[in-house]
Parts: sequence; structure tokens; C-alpha cells
Amino acid sequence: MSAITVGRPVALRRPIYGWALHDGFVVARRNLIQTIRVPELLFFSLVQPVIFVLLFAYVFGGAIPIPGDGASPADAANAYRQYLMPGIFGQTVAFAAAASTVGLAEDMSRGIIDRFRALPMSPSAVLLGRTFADAVRQILVLAVLSITGLLVGWRINNGLFSALLAYALLLFFAYTVAWVGAWIGLSVPNPETANTAGLAWLFPLTFLSNAFVPISSMPDWLQPIAAYNPISTLVLATRELFGNPTGIQPHYWSLDHAALYTLISCAVLIGIFAPLAVRKYRNATSR
Amino acid sequence: MSDKPAVYAEGITRTFGDVKALDGMDLVVQRGQVVGLLGPNGAGKTTMVRILSTLLRPTGGHAEVAGFDVVKQANQVRRMIGLTGQFAAVDEYLTGRENLRMFGDLFHLTPKYVKARSEELLTSFDLDDAADRSVRTYSGGMRRRLDLAASLIARPEILFLDEPTTGLDPRSRLGMWQVINDLVADGTTVLLTTQYLEEADQLAQNIVVIDHGHVIAHGTAEQLKDQIGGDRIEVTVHDDATAERAARAMESVISGHPLIEGNKISAPVSGGSMVLVGAIRALDLEQIEITDIMLRRPTLDDVFMSLTGHLAEDETQRPEPTRRRGVRRR
Repeated sequence: MSAITVGRPVALRRPIYGWALHDGFVVARRNLIQTIRVPELLFFSLVQPVIFVLLFAYVFGGAIPIPGDGASPADAANAYRQYLMPGIFGQTVAFAAAASTVGLAEDMSRGIIDRFRALPMSPSAVLLGRTFADAVRQILVLAVLSITGLLVGWRINNGLFSALLAYALLLFFAYTVAWVGAWIGLSVPNPETANTAGLAWLFPLTFLSNAFVPISSMPDWLQPIAAYNPISTLVLATRELFGNPTGIQPHYWSLDHAALYTLISCAVLIGIFAPLAVRKYRNATSR
Repeated sequence: MSDKPAVYAEGITRTFGDVKALDGMDLVVQRGQVVGLLGPNGAGKTTMVRILSTLLRPTGGHAEVAGFDVVKQANQVRRMIGLTGQFAAVDEYLTGRENLRMFGDLFHLTPKYVKARSEELLTSFDLDDAADRSVRTYSGGMRRRLDLAASLIARPEILFLDEPTTGLDPRSRLGMWQVINDLVADGTTVLLTTQYLEEADQLAQNIVVIDHGHVIAHGTAEQLKDQIGGDRIEVTVHDDATAERAARAMESVISGHPLIEGNKISAPVSGGSMVLVGAIRALDLEQIEITDIMLRRPTLDDVFMSLTGHLAEDETQRPEPTRRRGVRRR
């Protein structure tokens, strides 16, 4: 091994759009490279939603009636698939939070976090990068899901622009829950716990919504909970934007302004969980 | 740069629950020096390095690195230092080159500089061929070298090496020593921790011996050796039982307390090579068969033994709170 030459002094780059964003993008790039290097992980994160599409479309499809649609059983099944796909989209992007939980818990248990922390980088970069990469990954997941949906009979009926808005809303939601997931990932003691804790809250959250069944079919006391669940409004807004059947909605402010309520929920959730997660990251690492 | 010492720490304490990892630790490292922090597991070496590298806040005391307060001016400290810990802190899935690029970017260096510096480091550390392979495929020695390269990407003035060769095979260890010696020749200030006395002796001109979270001795290797007196006699006999007898037989020859380890006796002596003759005569009188006998200069092991009452490699049963499993150290 040859000696290391000491040359010119270190050249510092000038911040273009703030170091936090810059550092966040560097970490996000690393997380996305990891995704490419472990294709198995990506594969299995795609398999689950695809299986859900097939299960619901063919197993439950005929059994769950959508009020106000389809007279014959064949029509009903087709209507349900139209109804179902946005539900699957919503559920899938919500489950992206689990990836953030596990990924962050794993990062925190490895030596690399020490190096990040010994660098003069932005302290929120690890979290910004993680949440951003996890949301970006959902682009691919949504693409695969959409193709699967198209194959089982789902259609985009409202034009390309509305469809793009729907996808954008889904991705924004994915980014939001990634922060919640990140916060959980920083709260659990080890990666093993992260696996369970990362999923535990997502099942009630996604099933207590209109993702798979109409809210009007739920008991009265449950309806307001489902109605104000941001997943319900996300799914409803997505259905409207894709031009898919929405069923008959009970009247709640959130459901009457689904897209707006979803955006507000996302902003509030990020406003709560991003600072919580950053604080947790700082505390967890500087004790 | 100011003329302040590279590292200045005064009365550093750090507790983890009930465990006192550091208990009034003082440390000064002058610029350009290589200081070895020597101590057994649990002595507080890693805790000290983590505090100096801003990864851990001290419970009490005051520490400056390159003239900056490690708590209040953590980011300025981070600009000046490189840190290589006990576990390779590189990304498994990235290639060697991608790792260096990432750390360079996070150091806010220009892409052009990062590129040139990465090439230089990859070549210096013999990682040219592996540069575009995922780190998962690296051997332990290669990981450590990449880890060290990552610490050097921004040409730090002060380098912290926490047990840089722990877990490496002898060949990789020699390689690491070579690299560290090269860095030192370039004028980098190095603070390294080790539990290997041989390593401290090899790499550091100044050795600080710590135990139970504070300094118990410091000086050059020679000074420390002189501190415990002259030569030592080492006798190997046939079995453990005989060793006890042999130690008693040599009582008149040796000048201090003998240390018996299995079938080996080691004891301080004064009086040069004539001691050997006396020892052989005394053992012969008791009809004890000698397998091996020698006279040697004291090693740092002996220093440690006489300072602490236990061996450096002795795995004391105290908890080692600085051995991290993630950040959830309790």
C-alpha cells in the first residue's frame, strides 16, 4: 500500500437548495440503490398487493355488493373490481409505512448510523432520505398494480390528467405514512420488533375504511370512524379521480371533500410525525 | 488553525444507568501525535472516543477537539475528524466507490474532488479491483480498509480509530498497521484505542493506560516499562503443580511478586544475567525440570499487570456499556 498524499485543501460545495434537502437526496439515492441490489425485497413487496387484487377480485368480488351499481351478478362483480382497485392502491401505499419502519430500525442497529452522525451533515437527512426513497419506490409498485388491475378489468374513466392527480395523491399519502413508519422504526428496540410493530397498526387502519367495503354497510357507530379515516378519503378521492364507482356515501364533511380532507390529513400527520421522528432520531443517537 | 491541542479533555464522566463508564477522564493529544488509549474491555475506551467524536454526550466534564467544544460545537468538530469504529460503518449494498461517493457528498465536497479523492484512496488501500463490487462480497480486512478510507475522504486533521484491528486476521492486521503508520507519517493526529499491548507499542509513541474509566498511567512505552522496574525472568516448567514449587524455589532470586499462569512463572528481577544462573541453580536444587527459561525486558502486559492487578486481555465481568448494539443502549 502506498502512502496517502496530502494535497490541496478540501473543496466545499456551496448549498444550492439547503443542506437538509441535499443530504436527504444523497441518503435517498443510497436507499434506492439498495432496492435495486436486493431485487427479492422489491419482488415480494409487489407480490402481496397483486395477490390482494386477485383474491378480492375473484374470491370476494361477487359477495360484496356495491350499493347503486350493477343489476346482474356479472355486472356486480365487474363493478366491484372497479370499486376495489383504488382500495388496493390506498392499502398498498399505506403499507409502505412498514418498509420505513423496518428499514430505519435496521439502519439504527448498524454501524453506518455512527458514520452518518459523525459527519457534518443535516441531522434530518437520514429520515428525509428514507421517507423519500420509500415513497419513490411506490411509483413502481403502483405501476405494477395498475397493470394487474387493467388485466382484471379495472379502467381509468376520467382521462389522463385526473389519473395523474390520483397517483400524485397516492404518492403524497405514501410519503406521509412513511414518516409515521419512520417514527415507529425509531421507537422500537430492534429490527425484529420493527417487523411486527410496523404492520400492527396498518391492518385496522386500512380495513376500517371504505377500501374494500362501502362505509354504508358498516354499523352506525363505526361509520364516523371509517368516514374520518384518511384512508377512506384517499380511496374515495382516488375513485373519483379515476372515474370508478364510489357507491353511495353517507354524509360526512370528510367524504364530501375527500381530496381536500386527505391533503389536510397528510399535512397534519407530517406536521406531527416528522418533528417527532427527527427529535427521536436525535435523542436516540445522542444519549 | 490555532495552536490548541488536537484533543483536550478534562474530568469527563459518563454514566449508563448505574454503570460509570467514564469516571473523571483526562486526556490531551498534541497535534501530530499518535496516542494509544490502552485498557481492557469495559475500561471506557470506546465511550471516550464516542464522546470525542460527538456521538455521545458526556455526563460531566469538558472536551475540545481541534479547539471546538464537542457538545456545543459538534458540527465544527465533525468537520475536523474522521472516525473508524469497531464495526465497519459502510453500506453493505453499495459498492466501495459508491460508499466513498456518498460520504464525500454528505461532507459537502465537490463531486470533482470526491471523485479524485476516492480514486486515490481506493488505490492506496488496495481496493481498486473491488471498487465496483458490493461491499457484501468484501472480506473483513477489505471492509476495514474501506471504512478507514471513508473516514479519510475529507482529509481529517484528527483521526479516531476505535480498536482498528479487532477481529482481523494477522495478515490484515499488519496491513492496517502499515496504513496507520503511513497516515501518521503524513502528519495526521491519531487517537487509537486498543486492548492489544503489542498494537499500542507498535503504533503509538504515547500510551495512556485506562482502567475503570480513568487514566492510571501515561507515557511512552519505554517510560511505562521503566516505571515497573527492570527485567523479568520467565520460567516454563513441566506442569501447573510444579510451577507453584518452582516459584517458591526462586524466592531468593526474584525481586517482586511472581505471576503464575499455568505452567509459566514470570517475576521481576534485578541483577542482569547472573540471575539466570541463580535461578537455574535454585530450581536444580529442588530437582525441578526446566522446559524453558529466559530473561526479558518488561512488556506492556507486565506494565498493565503491575498497574491494575489484572491482565489486559483479562475479560473482566463488568458490563461493557460501550459495546453497542444499535443505539438502544441501556
